[in-house]
Amino acid sequence: MSAHADTHAHEDDHGHHHKETFVTKYIFSQDHKMIAKQYLITGTIMGVIGVIMSLMIRMQIAWPEEPNVIFEALLGKWAPGGVMDADMYLALVTIHGTIMVFFVLTAGLSGTFSNLLIPLQIGARDMASGFLNMVSYWLFFLSSVVMVISLFVEAGPAAAGWTIYPPLSALPMAQGGSGMGMTLWLVSMAIFIASSLLGSLNYIVTVINLRTKGMSMTRLPLTIWAFFVTAIIGVVSFPVLLSAALLLIMDRSFGTSFFLSDIFIQGEVLHYQGGSPVLFEHLFWFLGHPEVYIVLLPALGITSEIIATNSRKPIFGYRAMVASILAIAFLSTIVWGHHMFISGMNPFLGSVFTFTTLLIAIPSAVKAFNYITTLWKGNLQFNPAMLFSIGLVSTFITGGLTGIILGDSALDINVHDTYFVVAHFHLVMGISALYGMFAGIYHWFPKMFGRMLNKNLGYIHFWVTAVCAYGVFFPMHFIGMAGLPRRYYTNSNFPLFDDLSNVNVIITLFAIIGGIFQLVFLWNFFYSIFYGKKTVQNPWKSNTLEWTAPIKHIHGNWEGEIPHVHRWAYDYSKPGHDEDFVPQNVPLKDGEEELQH
Amino acid sequence: MTALLTIIVLVFITVAIWQMVKIFDLANANNENSQVANDKDNRVNGYLMLGFLAFIYIITIVCVVKWGDLPLMSNSASEHGPQIDNLMIISMVLIFIVQTITQFLLHYFAFKYKGEKGRKALFFADNDKLEFIWTIIPVITLAGLIIYGLFTWSDIMNFEEDEDALVVELYAQQFNWKARYAGEDNVLGNANVRLINLDNANILGLDEADPNAQDDIITTELHLPVGRQVIFKMRSQDVLHSAYMPHFRAQMNCVPGMITQFAFTPTVTTAQMRQTQQMVKKVENINKIRTEKSKDLVAKGEEALDPYEFDYLLICNKICGKSHYNMQMKIIVETEEEYNAWIKEQQVFKNSLVQN
Repeated sequence: MSAHADTHAHEDDHGHHHKETFVTKYIFSQDHKMIAKQYLITGTIMGVIGVIMSLMIRMQIAWPEEPNVIFEALLGKWAPGGVMDADMYLALVTIHGTIMVFFVLTAGLSGTFSNLLIPLQIGARDMASGFLNMVSYWLFFLSSVVMVISLFVEAGPAAAGWTIYPPLSALPMAQGGSGMGMTLWLVSMAIFIASSLLGSLNYIVTVINLRTKGMSMTRLPLTIWAFFVTAIIGVVSFPVLLSAALLLIMDRSFGTSFFLSDIFIQGEVLHYQGGSPVLFEHLFWFLGHPEVYIVLLPALGITSEIIATNSRKPIFGYRAMVASILAIAFLSTIVWGHHMFISGMNPFLGSVFTFTTLLIAIPSAVKAFNYITTLWKGNLQFNPAMLFSIGLVSTFITGGLTGIILGDSALDINVHDTYFVVAHFHLVMGISALYGMFAGIYHWFPKMFGRMLNKNLGYIHFWVTAVCAYGVFFPMHFIGMAGLPRRYYTNSNFPLFDDLSNVNVIITLFAIIGGIFQLVFLWNFFYSIFYGKKTVQNPWKSNTLEWTAPIKHIHGNWEGEIPHVHRWAYDYSKPGHDEDFVPQNVPLKDGEEELQH
Repeated sequence: MTALLTIIVLVFITVAIWQMVKIFDLANANNENSQVANDKDNRVNGYLMLGFLAFIYIITIVCVVKWGDLPLMSNSASEHGPQIDNLMIISMVLIFIVQTITQFLLHYFAFKYKGEKGRKALFFADNDKLEFIWTIIPVITLAGLIIYGLFTWSDIMNFEEDEDALVVELYAQQFNWKARYAGEDNVLGNANVRLINLDNANILGLDEADPNAQDDIITTELHLPVGRQVIFKMRSQDVLHSAYMPHFRAQMNCVPGMITQFAFTPTVTTAQMRQTQQMVKKVENINKIRTEKSKDLVAKGEEALDPYEFDYLLICNKICGKSHYNMQMKIIVETEEEYNAWIKEQQVFKNSLVQN
C-alpha cells in the first residue's frame, strides 16, 4: 500500500487517463464514489417501482371487488375496467419480491455502501479493480433494464412467485407469465448474478489487500466487516442460484428433465421424466436463505457504525459483534432447508434444519443486546440516521423473534406460507434492511453529494414510516395465525376468512400512508443533491477515515498521502481526550493505551 | 374510488407538511441551520421514542384483544393438534416476554440518554461477563425449544400406522382437489399421470389392470371418520400444490413425480365443531359481516351472499397459477356409521370408467 501513498497529486498516480470527459466521469466511470451513486440512483428507481407494486397488491387485497382507477391507469390491459387480472396479481407479487430483494436491498444497499465505504474507510485510493467495478454496475443496470422490459411482455411478466418454483415456472401452459416473461426474468437474474459476483470479488480483494498502514483487521469499522463477510456469502451462494437458473432454462428450452417429472397438463402428458422440483427448491434456497443475510448484514454493519457515532460511545462488544457476523454468515449457509419442512423431503432433514436454524437466534440476540447496551449511558444525537438505526434494532427484534416459530419445523406445519411468514420476513429483512439503507443514506449523504439532507423532513419521514411499518406488519402476524394463505388474489371465496377483511383494510391504509410519505424522502433526496445545505468536513464528528477525505470528490480520494491508522474506529468519549471523538488517524498520546480487542 | 380520494388527500397533507418545514427552516435560518441534531431535536425525538414504545405496546394489545382469538392456538381438530398448539403457546409467551423487555430497554434508553450539549458518554466498550450472560440465556432457552420442537415434529412425521388406518390419496391439479379412497381392500391401486385417459374417464391415471385399483373410490369431497387415523398420500399432476388443512394442523406439499405423505387422526366431527362456543361466535360474526356486505350488493343489483356455515377445508397453499386463490375442497368429519353410509353410495373405479 505504501507505494500508492505517495505525496503526488492523483494525476500522477493514474497518469494514463487524466482527462475526464462527461462520459468517463458520469457514465462509464471507474471511480468507486461515482459507481456508488449510480447504484444508489438505480436502486432508488427500482425501489419506487417495487413500492408502487406493493401498494397495488395491498389495494387489491383490501378491496378485491371494487374496480380501481389506479389499476386501470397503471396496468392497462391487465386491469380492464379497473379490475385486476388474477395472473397480473401474481406477477405483481413476483416482481415486487424480486425487485425488492435483489435490485433494491442487494444491489441498491450493498452496491451503494460497499462501493462508497470500503475504499474510503479502509484508506484506499479506489477498489482493487475499477474496471471490474464499472462492469459490475453496468451489468446490474442491464439486468434492471431486462427486468423492467419483462413487465411489458404480451403474455405477462413472470408470475410464479419470486421463488419461481418449477413446474409452474417451467411450463408456459401452466401460467401465462411462464413464457417470455419467465425467460426474461431468468436472463435478468443471470446477468444480475454475474454483476453481484464481480462486485463481491472486488470487495473481498480490496478489503484484504488495500488497507492503509495501521488498518489491521481488528481495527476495521464494523461496516467493513459486514460488507466483507456479505461479499463472501455472496460468492459462496450466488453461483448456486445461477446453476439453478441455468438448469431451469435447459428444462424450459432444451427439453431436459432436471426439475420435472410425470406431468399431465391441459390434456396431454409431457415427456419429462425423473427430475424433481424438490431439487430446485434445494438449489434455490441454498442461495435464498443466505440472501437474507446478504440483505441484512450490510444494514446491521451500517447500524453499528451509526449507533456508535451518534451515541458518542464505542460500539459495545466489538469482538462479539465481529464474531456474531461470522457466526451468522456460517450458519446462514446451512439452514436453507427450513423453507422446505413440508416440501416432501425426509423429516429427519427437517430436524437437522430446525436445529441449525434456531442456533442463528444466538448470534442475533447477541447483536441486539449489544446495540441496546451501546445506547446505555450514551449521549444520543438523534440525527435521522440514528432514528432509522434504532428503528432497525426494533424491527429486527420484533421480526426476528417470530423466526423462532417459523424455524421450528413442528410449528411451521401450520403457519408455512401464511401471512405469518409474510409479516416475519418483511419486518426482519425487508423493513430492517430498508431502515439500514435509509440510515446509510442520511448518514453518508454529505460524503456522497457534499450537501446535507434536511433533518426535519428526515424526522417526519422516519416517524411516519416507523408507525406505518408496524401498522402494516404487526396485525399481519395475526391474520397469518388465523390460517390465511399468502398470494391469494382475493379471499372472497373463503367465507371462513371474512372476519379478517377489516384487518386487511387497516393494513392497506397504513401501507398507503407509509408509501406516500416516502415521497417526503424522495423530495428531500433529489432536492438536497442540488440545493441542500453545504456540508462541513466531518458533520457527525465521526472517527472513520472517510471524513478525513476532502468534501469535493477527487479521483484517488485523498490529496497527498493516505492517512495512517493508529487506533480502532470507536474511540468516542474516551477519557483523557478533550473532544468526544478521536479519529482513527490520530496517533496515540504518550501513555495512552489502545483497547485490546 | 375510496383509495384514490385517500391518496389525493394524503398528497395534499404531504405538500402542507413540506410547506411547514420550509417555513420552519426559514424561521431558523438566522440562528443555526446545520442539519445536525441539536438539543431540541434530541429532546423531541427522545420523547417520541417513549411515545413509540407506547405505540408498540398498544398495537400489541389491540391485536391480541381483537384478533387474538386464534383458531391456531386452540380448537384444533386432530390428535396431534394440541401438541403443536402447546408448543405454539409456549413459544408465543416467550416471544412476548422478550419482545416487551427488549423493546422497553431499547426505547427507554433512547429516551433516557438523549443527547445534551456538554455531556460526555460513558466509555464502556466491553464486558465479558455481560456478554456471556446474554449468550448463555438464549442458548439454554433455545435448547429447550429445540428439544421440545424436535420431539413434537418427530411424533407427527414419523407416525406409527394404526391397524385400522384409513389410506386416502389427495390428488391436486390446477385448480381443484380430488380424493381417492382405497376401497374394501384398503390398498390404493397403482397410478401414474401417464395412464390418464380422458376418453374413458380415467382422470387420475389409475392402472386399469391393477386389481387393487378396481375398488378405489374417487370423490370431490373428503369425508373422514372421527377417531380413526388417516394416512394421506399426496400426488400432483401438474405443478406444486400444498394440501393445507389448518384446523387439523396439517400441511404437506403435493409434488409432481413423487408421492408425499402426512397422517393425522381427526378428533372432532364437523357437527361437534359447529356447536363449540368459539365457532358459534365466529360464524355469527362472519354472518353479520356478510349480511352487511349483502346489503351493498343488493343495492347494486347483485345477488346477496349466502349465509356461512362452518366446514373444515382443504386449501391450496402453494402458488399454483391463476386460480390458486380458489382451490379448495370441503372436509367432513363424521361418525363411523355416517362415513360408512356415505362411502357405500360412492362409485368404485371400475364402474366409473366409460366403456367405449
